[in-house]
Amino acid sequence: MALMNWALRKSLWVYHVNTGACNNCDIEVLELLTPKYDIERFGMVLVGSPRHADVLAVTGACTRQAQPRLQEAYRQTPKPCVVMAIGACANAQGIFTEAYHMGAGVDVAIKAVDPDAIIAYVPGCPPKPEAMIAAAVKAMELIKTL
Amino acid sequence: MSHKSMISIGPFHPLQEEAEFFQLYLDGERVVDVDVRISYTHRGIEKLDESKTFDQVPFVVERVCGICSASHPLAYIQAVEEIAHVKVPERALYLRTIVNELARIHSHLLWVGLAGHFLGYNTVFMWAWKYREPTMEALEIATGSRVNYANCKIGGVRRDITDEHLKMIDRLVTGTRGDIEMLTGAVIDDPVLHARLKGVGVLSKADAYAYGACGPTGRGSGMPIDVRRDDPYAAYDRLDWNMFVEETGDVFAKAKIRLLEVLESIKIIKQAVHDIPGGEIDAKVENIPAGEAIGHVEAPRGETFHYVRSDGSNYPVRHKIRAPSYNNVPTFKASCIGADISDVAITLASVDPCYSCTERMCTAVDAESGKEMFDFAQLVKLSQEKTERIRKQI
Repeated sequence: MALMNWALRKSLWVYHVNTGACNNCDIEVLELLTPKYDIERFGMVLVGSPRHADVLAVTGACTRQAQPRLQEAYRQTPKPCVVMAIGACANAQGIFTEAYHMGAGVDVAIKAVDPDAIIAYVPGCPPKPEAMIAAAVKAMELIKTL
Repeated sequence: MSHKSMISIGPFHPLQEEAEFFQLYLDGERVVDVDVRISYTHRGIEKLDESKTFDQVPFVVERVCGICSASHPLAYIQAVEEIAHVKVPERALYLRTIVNELARIHSHLLWVGLAGHFLGYNTVFMWAWKYREPTMEALEIATGSRVNYANCKIGGVRRDITDEHLKMIDRLVTGTRGDIEMLTGAVIDDPVLHARLKGVGVLSKADAYAYGACGPTGRGSGMPIDVRRDDPYAAYDRLDWNMFVEETGDVFAKAKIRLLEVLESIKIIKQAVHDIPGGEIDAKVENIPAGEAIGHVEAPRGETFHYVRSDGSNYPVRHKIRAPSYNNVPTFKASCIGADISDVAITLASVDPCYSCTERMCTAVDAESGKEMFDFAQLVKLSQEKTERIRKQI
């Protein structure tokens, strides 16, 4: 386990899950890869499968349809896995709290699968790319203390 | 229909950031049928709006789709303004035009980048998103946020843009012009992109009309439709601009139209910044009387249509949204079938589908009792009963 944590201190690989977002957070997540922010200089890349991911970047309010799929994606990730709840919706369902099609919320859905899950909250609607970079750095700091 | 093989894509997959589910039926490498299943990002916005006041709804509809977050509130607000017979101040109309055109540049460049990424042209992806950055900055200057603008309100706009900021916006879009001309030239003249995009995912004119395609998808198939020209709103009838129509209907035509529209949007913004009159920015609407109206706006992807009904109270009684992807997504049936499996990704991407706009929820209702039976357990029970029936027959 110590070796796993040591390996996670750098080059986090990110899998992006949209659980019912309006796209704003998603385009800002993609923005991180592009020349202005260029998060790849920290060794971070977006990967195509949760099985390769160290971080789940979750956006959206977690709708009833998406909730079981989000849980399945989390089950497939190798542990420890940091869940980054990006945006007001993923934090606390935001403006959609009262809507009829909402699931339990990202953190509740993840905690139902794994009570010890590491969840990083990035508030904002949408958070600026700088905030997401700060969250990623804090997540790395947290992993160092495990 | 006999299918040789089936490929399921989704709901979470790296092709697009949103969750959607495609089933492709293949015969060898030819696609013979395609099935699209959506609803993973359905949030029930129309219902949610009925519990918000007229002034709160723009903030909700802005979050229908983040990329069209300038178009949806405007369409809703135009519907409400029609109910209340509001005369919007001239300056507010110009400010709306500027923000909407900036949003169009950002959306089209985003698409060009993603299309390049799907084709394995990551240079195009990086270029397009790099040249998009000044537009995002201009939007931040104009509205205070990069993607959620919240600048439209019933009767005008919420926040004025100062002359100094207008000059900054002008400078930023002028600065991107040369870069985008270079990108357009590079895309339109590239022999590999010609080979990869020409004649791919063709949507014929007849099919475009049959499916009711709109926006660049329709214009790429020879449909001369654009709400900005056909039913002018904001300040579009006071400005000089052109609409582009291509007859071929392939992915190349759609890409070309989007790139040309970016240059046209820069032209519109420069004119609007130059011509903008002074004065009030808000008509100060107090009451929304009973009535119903529609508002439509040319979003980057096509016509966004909003219907609002009011009964004289503070809340809309009914709010219906029809986003452009609702028309454009079914055109996959016409453009994907017969295509090569390797061309499907770009064909699906070519309409710039936006699922968060389009999501619907289906409910199975018993025809006799009118009782809803969308409960998953009940569906499982129905399925088990059917298996039991078939087993008995055999």
